[in-house]
Amino acid sequence: MITRIEFKLNHEWIRLSVDSERTLLWVLRSDLGLTGTKYGCGIGACGACTVLLGGEAVRSCTIPVINVKGKDVVTVEGLAMNGHLHPLQKAFVEHNALQCGFCTPGMILTAYSLLLTKPAPKEEDIIESMEDNLCRCGSHQRIIQAIQSAAKKMRR
Amino acid sequence: METRKTIEADSAVPGAFGMDRRQFLKIMGGGILVFFIPAFPGQVQEALTAETGRLPKDFNAFLRIAEDGRVTCFTGKIEMGQGIITSLAQMLAEELDVPLSSVDMVMGDTELCPWDAGTFGSMSTKYFGPPLREAAAEAKAVLTELASERLQLPLERLGTKSGVVFDKQAPHQKVSYGDLTKGKRIERYLDKKPALKPKEDFTVSGKAVVRTDALEKVTGKTKFSGDVSLPGMLYARIVRPPAHGAELREADTSRAERVSGARIVRDGDLIAVVHSSPDEAEKAFALIKAKFSRPRTNLNDSNIFEHLLAVAPSGNVVAETGDLAQGRGLSSQLIEAAYRQGYVAHAPIETHTAVASVAKGKVTVWASTQRPFGAQEEVAAALGQPLQSVRIITPQVGGGFGGKTHNKQVVEAARLAKLTGRPVQLAWTRAEEFFYDNFLPAAVVKVASGLNQSKRMVFWDYHVYFAGGARAPSFYDVPHQRTTAYGSWRGAPGFHPFGVGPWRAPDSNTNTFARESHIDTLAAAVGIDPLSFRMAHLQDKRMIRVLEAAAKGFGWSSTTTPSGKGLGLACGIFKGTYVAVMGEVEVDIASGHCQMKRVVCAQDMGQIVNPEGARMQIEGCVMMGLGYALAERVRFRDGEILDLNFDTYQIPRFSWLPKIETILIENPEMPPQEGGEPAVTCMGALVANAIFDATGVRFYELPISPERIHEELKVHARV
Ligand code: FES
Ligand code: FES
Repeated sequence: MITRIEFKLNHEWIRLSVDSERTLLWVLRSDLGLTGTKYGCGIGACGACTVLLGGEAVRSCTIPVINVKGKDVVTVEGLAMNGHLHPLQKAFVEHNALQCGFCTPGMILTAYSLLLTKPAPKEEDIIESMEDNLCRCGSHQRIIQAIQSAAKKMRR
Repeated sequence: METRKTIEADSAVPGAFGMDRRQFLKIMGGGILVFFIPAFPGQVQEALTAETGRLPKDFNAFLRIAEDGRVTCFTGKIEMGQGIITSLAQMLAEELDVPLSSVDMVMGDTELCPWDAGTFGSMSTKYFGPPLREAAAEAKAVLTELASERLQLPLERLGTKSGVVFDKQAPHQKVSYGDLTKGKRIERYLDKKPALKPKEDFTVSGKAVVRTDALEKVTGKTKFSGDVSLPGMLYARIVRPPAHGAELREADTSRAERVSGARIVRDGDLIAVVHSSPDEAEKAFALIKAKFSRPRTNLNDSNIFEHLLAVAPSGNVVAETGDLAQGRGLSSQLIEAAYRQGYVAHAPIETHTAVASVAKGKVTVWASTQRPFGAQEEVAAALGQPLQSVRIITPQVGGGFGGKTHNKQVVEAARLAKLTGRPVQLAWTRAEEFFYDNFLPAAVVKVASGLNQSKRMVFWDYHVYFAGGARAPSFYDVPHQRTTAYGSWRGAPGFHPFGVGPWRAPDSNTNTFARESHIDTLAAAVGIDPLSFRMAHLQDKRMIRVLEAAAKGFGWSSTTTPSGKGLGLACGIFKGTYVAVMGEVEVDIASGHCQMKRVVCAQDMGQIVNPEGARMQIEGCVMMGLGYALAERVRFRDGEILDLNFDTYQIPRFSWLPKIETILIENPEMPPQEGGEPAVTCMGALVANAIFDATGVRFYELPISPERIHEELKVHARV
């Protein structure tokens, strides 16, 4: 059923007329052109499609778009503010915490939501919250380092 | 760095078809062009004779210094995470004396880049690097000559730095490359070898730099194939058989047709639904009822090894020294074993994807592919169109590992675009990605070996089935040895129940697992520490050096296995690179869970262009290797692939991560060798050897999954 849905997307309210059952991932990618959110598995098992919903990392491939009505959604495109990279983005660049970069948006957003609740995560905390984000290129060691160094910078 | 200036759909150069050299050069505009041929073994001839249709054929890559001073390298190679977009730019910037930021890489575009066989075997830096540097040196020489005329100074007085030529005696007297190039049209073909910058003068090469594509990747701006959107584009889903070998009997698409906006496309074997939104296409697709015949092959992931041994073609001796019978006779202890490895998926996080458009007879496809020029040929053939009417553009590729050398999705997208008359995006689902993957082949290795009274290997009779023979021969010093290969890793009809193909270090993972496991078994049999045992059988200085470096970094202390400590090592040679890994494992006896705690990898890959990139590749190899060592095996039954997503097919995760330490051995005398694959080859044996050291149980089949460990340890305990 076509429904009008309003929600905050990357800090601005938007209004959409869409079939309410459609998947958030595809609405973002194909209707809104926000292609930084990736498809990797479609069943919530890889994390490539991660977005922030009210600051919490969620898997947009398993979320009907109606569920974000009235809520606050942030995609990787909305992370840099006023032309400044978010400290996590900076740290990923500085630590070379990516190879092909396909998992990267999901990694960064999952880490973002971790740091909201745990500004000083221990290595085990990072591993635990990143565990279901898959990276086939094997950037894991650098991703952990990047998250640690971003956390440190953000606490300052 | 802007890598994709040419991504717009209609940026196709008008009148570009059937272009001859003059036309081709004209569209390149002014500036200085240097053409060259990378020295890929066996590919040079191919490059020269390849039916490229329209591109000049006597060069295989070129660089351009444009009138604005920007430097562009055009190459048919592609970027899939391995980092050549950075390392090649580094080499070019170094030799040409320009800032890295003024280099653009145009990669994998069949219309703008010269023909190339494909990006695999991580050979790009090794074979592309030196001629690229020479071309840059040639360009610099041209620029210096121009500056000498312009400044009225002799050549010897001139130096180059940061994109300017200057007077060494009065550095304020200078002229920029851009100024020198303005209004000029200079073409050079590299036939002589210009002098290269000595490595002592390097300022960019060999230095750790941040990836030039990182910024776009962390902000979500990078365009992968599936991020290309064209006006009027439709998303497609294709009806797939439930099993390999299954044939379509009938398909009822009536319900799918009723989904608003959905359109069914049928063309011979191809039945697809297209829709302007991907999830609606999916919805309609789910309503298609298709019936297939189901073959009974009676093959599954357990009995596949017997099958492979039964159908194997006769063997080829690929290496032989001494006399086997004599070696056997000299042996006081004979040890035989068979090693097995199951099918392993590539599983890049980006599935095979393509966006195709057909307009006025011209086909353009944006594709995640490791072989854009191969895709061009395949699309032309499938559509019955001339080669030059097909253009493949390769945006960034989200992981390949060999799997994206197969271009099935490119052809499918092009066919659908032609049939619908609209641009079509086809992004395989994860299930399609698993189903149509060309897996690392299941394989068997049988080794018979012998030791003499003085604990030396004197006999080595090695038989490899379907894992490849080229790199199977052992580099250990054994007087009587022979290596026989049956079939190849490439697969051929009748052997495997589905596709197999190149998987990171194609012919070396199974072979290294077998050889290095067996060496450990022999060392244990004579009660010698596995490192000393290897050293005693080595003469190759580079191998000795990497082992020593790894041992020092790891803190290896001589001990006989099994020591209960869970220590292991393995080493190998892959395409000119020497690698040794050492590690420590913790085995939870109750659950069978294995955790690698630490891995030290020493690598001698000749000259190191991008050390940071090399370390990243090694770390990636370690993680990917843990997958096939500990968990990854594609399960199947009667042609049906049972693992179709990441819920059941486990790839390495954060919790698997050992502490990875990399040691890069300085070897500047040798040109850069291959770096993206060597370390992955050692991971199976490293894990097996470490588990043996921890538990005293030898595992002969990969993956060594927790269930297997649990089972084996139970049996072992009973004995
Ligand atoms: S695509 Fe959503 S978790 Fe994989
Ligand atoms: S960087 Fe390629 S999947 Fe993570």
